Amino acid sequence: MIRFDNVWKRYPNGREALCDFTLGIERSEMVFLTGHSGAGKSTILKLISLIERPTRGTLIVNGHNTATLPRKKIPPFRRDIGIVFQDHKLLMDRPVYDNVGLPLVIAGLPEKEVTKRVRAALDQVGLLGRERNRPIELSTGEQQRVGIARAIVGKPSLLIADEPTGNLDPDLAVEIMNIFKRFNEVGVTVLVATHDIHLIERYGVRRVVIEGGRVASGADAPPPATLAPASLASASPAPVSLPSIVAERGDQP
Amino acid sequence: MKQWLERHVQTMVGSLGRLWQKPFSTLLTVLVIGIALALPACLHVLVQNVRAASGGWSGALDVSVYMKQSASLADAKSVADRIRKRRDVSDVSLVTADKALEEFKKNSGFGAALDALEENPLPHALIVRPAGTFRDSAHVATLTEELKQLPGVDVVQLDTEWVSRFNAILDVVRRVVLLAAGLFALGILVIVGNTIRLDIENRRDEIEVTKLVGGSDAFVRRPFLYNGVWYGLGGGAVAWLIVMIVILVLSDPVQRIAGLYGSGFSLHGLGVQGSLALILGGILLGWLGSFIAATRELRGIEPK
Repeated sequence: MIRFDNVWKRYPNGREALCDFTLGIERSEMVFLTGHSGAGKSTILKLISLIERPTRGTLIVNGHNTATLPRKKIPPFRRDIGIVFQDHKLLMDRPVYDNVGLPLVIAGLPEKEVTKRVRAALDQVGLLGRERNRPIELSTGEQQRVGIARAIVGKPSLLIADEPTGNLDPDLAVEIMNIFKRFNEVGVTVLVATHDIHLIERYGVRRVVIEGGRVASGADAPPPATLAPASLASASPAPVSLPSIVAERGDQP
Repeated sequence: MKQWLERHVQTMVGSLGRLWQKPFSTLLTVLVIGIALALPACLHVLVQNVRAASGGWSGALDVSVYMKQSASLADAKSVADRIRKRRDVSDVSLVTADKALEEFKKNSGFGAALDALEENPLPHALIVRPAGTFRDSAHVATLTEELKQLPGVDVVQLDTEWVSRFNAILDVVRRVVLLAAGLFALGILVIVGNTIRLDIENRRDEIEVTKLVGGSDAFVRRPFLYNGVWYGLGGGAVAWLIVMIVILVLSDPVQRIAGLYGSGFSLHGLGVQGSLALILGGILLGWLGSFIAATRELRGIEPK
């Protein structure tokens, strides 16, 4: 799904964010990316979402070589990736409905379908009924969940998140991680950058530690899942019908 | 197709809604465009009207033949009969000296002074109208020469020189109008372009987010193109209104002047075709201005 091969990233100011970085992430895998701030986590996510391009080396995402993908092909490329930002990047002057529905409107879906899917996505993150609120009226945790709803509404095959629990209290953080975990369970590849080590220890998923722009540990194959489904279910607040929104992924353009 | 249309209508209405939210700056932009469009439009209407008014003159190339004072009415009549037989003449009318004096008294306002005259100083005159196919300047010139040779004829007068001069001047004015229209169109492109640039600057965050979730350049540009179309439509409507007001204000005095010259001339407006051209021109310029600005500006906005 994602394959970094000897990737270097040097920013125009001369800072070397990644040095000879190599990492593979399989389809339907869930990976936590940890490391100190400034280690290169954000750069990795930016390279995957084509906000930045590698200086050297190759990065293949979903079958596309990000170094050579023409500018015109970037929008459809991004539509197959759900991105959750630490600062959630919501449109503060638009209602939640417009925010979550934006990727679908861009994809040109009919209004009826947009309404249906927005409701399903908001249901996933426990915000059903808040469609008409403006993000400014919501709490930080709720805003973050709106951001997640927007990332998943287009049924992407890859979900990446940059410090999604950064500003949240522990209970909320667990809740959000559970949402990601549930998506991974239905086949979505999930990559979460976080420095909240205590939180991710609850989940028996592969952990990649980044240090100084290189992989310090976790470069190899994922460990077998160790977390019992029961304990996960108890942690999730609202057991909602996830397949209803993810199952039809076959119709993705 | 239906979805595409639905999205476009949505964007169109959404763009109108946004402009509505800042009525003052929208109104200013629309007014500036309207005035810039109205100036060449008014000039165009003026030229059209002058052409319409002068069209009557160039068609009627009447030749005035003045008899000598000594020529009697009978002489004049026989000359008129001779002229009437020419195949390059369609009509001859005789204005007797008495009738001419009477009309002069009536129209000139010198009535009382003229009464003091002992005898009529005016000669008999013939108004000769060339036949349809002989109205070009060469034929009319030959006709004039030949009329001069007739017995009892004093002066033959042909007032066509100033008509062709006038038409030449009008051609220059028309070119000036075209040039002015071109310059104003350029000005409108700049105005719309700059306004759209500011609109884009104000919505930078939104554009970045839209691009992040997969919005193409065309998608983020679309609302701005509709902004341009609305500006252009509003400007065109304002320009149309201005032209209408100008015509309304001028039509009474012009009619009075025309009446004084014994003409039934009245001011023409833009007409349906002209009005449509004005509005469509506004829309086109608005769209083009925003297209240029948005295409240029939006490429530079990339998510960080």
